[in-house]
Amino acid sequence: MDAAKHHTKQIIEIKNLSKKYGSNKVLNGFHMELYEGENLVIMGKSGSGKSVMIKCLIGLEQPDSGTIIVMDKNISELEHAELDELRTEIGFLFQGSALYDSMSVRENLEFPLRRHTKKFGVIEDTTPMVLDALESVGLGETMDLMPNELSGGMKRRIALARTLILKPKIILYDEPTTGLDPITSKEIILLMMSVQKKYNTSSIIITHDVDCARVISNRMILLIDGINYIEGTFEQLATSKDPKVQAFFK
Amino acid sequence: MQSSSKIVEAFKTFLIEIGELSYFTSRFFKEVFKRPLEFKEFLRQCYNMGNRSLVLVGVTGFIIGLVFTLQSRPTLQQFGAVSWIPAMVSVSIIREIGPIITALICAGRIGSGIGAELGSMRVTEQIDAMEVSGTNPFKYLVVTRILATTLMLPILVFFGDAIAIFGSYLVENVKGNVSFLLYCNQVFNHLEFSDVVPSTIKTFFFGFAIGLVGCFKGYNCKKGTAGVGLAANSAVVFSSMLLFVIDFVAVFISNIFYGI
Repeated sequence: MDAAKHHTKQIIEIKNLSKKYGSNKVLNGFHMELYEGENLVIMGKSGSGKSVMIKCLIGLEQPDSGTIIVMDKNISELEHAELDELRTEIGFLFQGSALYDSMSVRENLEFPLRRHTKKFGVIEDTTPMVLDALESVGLGETMDLMPNELSGGMKRRIALARTLILKPKIILYDEPTTGLDPITSKEIILLMMSVQKKYNTSSIIITHDVDCARVISNRMILLIDGINYIEGTFEQLATSKDPKVQAFFK
Repeated sequence: MQSSSKIVEAFKTFLIEIGELSYFTSRFFKEVFKRPLEFKEFLRQCYNMGNRSLVLVGVTGFIIGLVFTLQSRPTLQQFGAVSWIPAMVSVSIIREIGPIITALICAGRIGSGIGAELGSMRVTEQIDAMEVSGTNPFKYLVVTRILATTLMLPILVFFGDAIAIFGSYLVENVKGNVSFLLYCNQVFNHLEFSDVVPSTIKTFFFGFAIGLVGCFKGYNCKKGTAGVGLAANSAVVFSSMLLFVIDFVAVFISNIFYGI
């Protein structure tokens, strides 16, 4: 990925990020960069602060200290409206899909559109956009279903379609394959790769799934004790002699 | 020593909760006039809370009117004061029983519903997803629900009162052969401005309290399914207590202005 580092633009930079809950220090000077078109996988134990880090990245959590720069904008200095505008460029796939229970699939996908007329102009008919996003994830026929009528894998795909509808430049995946069977996990991983090709997105993928990391990552960071313990390609990390690193690949 | 420290701790938690609720209330007033107004969601909530509570409020009101008249009739008969039943029933239902019973029913049905719905949305990250998609979840979820309960509760109370009075009329019609016109005439002859206005005003506060507490508990729900249950449960308990406090204050103020 060194080539990528030198030839593509840096779109996210996190410096010295710290966050604690009570006396529990979750992040302790974490730093990272994401480059255009890159798939960066972040692995770490449960409770190591991975999800907190991406929530800080999108402004859902406030860090105690540190700087987060997304597409040349410092998150902590943005007004609420500016942050909302920036969020249109960032898709977030939640761990549990987070589909709105009371809305149909179509309404779930339309929901982000209604706020972003600045980006798309006034949208008279959302159907083509909804259909396009649903077909990107191979679920064009589910438009009128309710979330409780979908399987776990379908929910994850619809959630991905919902993030794609705003045509984001960056997608943050919070454990995209957790809770899915191996076959559906593979389908989701392949879908993530096809989405990256089609929409030319950059991604940060939080995962425990070594297979997912192997297939999708251009670069990996291992988050241990709130810091980036080690960074490199999948092969570099998988062949590391460090027992803490090895524990993730055994 | 241990029990005193527990009391201090509980008192501290209570004060923190009051502080957080005050902040939540001030945020509501800050957000309520901001655009977008989320009118469609507000109407949807009005429909959910109002229309879907009609049957429960109606049945309860009907039984209260019926039972109240049946219970008080023998006593009044002893004093030859049966003709006072319409006046007594209407004044007591409109001033106190109708508003408080309807509000308590709504605290159970609507308050717990809001607490559970928002709590489950918080736990399943739907509120976060809303925020990420550029929608202000406080405005979309909280403001619309509080406004809907504030507007719907007085309407439900009016409806419940009318059904209760009708229930009372049925008893009087069967037992005392009183016509509908005569019953209504007696009801309206004895109702005064000071009976209707203060009790109507307080129902807006009841509605506001139910919506506010339900939203506060649900929106700040702790993680896990236990958190959702706790949010729903504490929304009912806290809002019911708050209703009695508001009722006491309302009666106290009415007393000053109207000498009731």
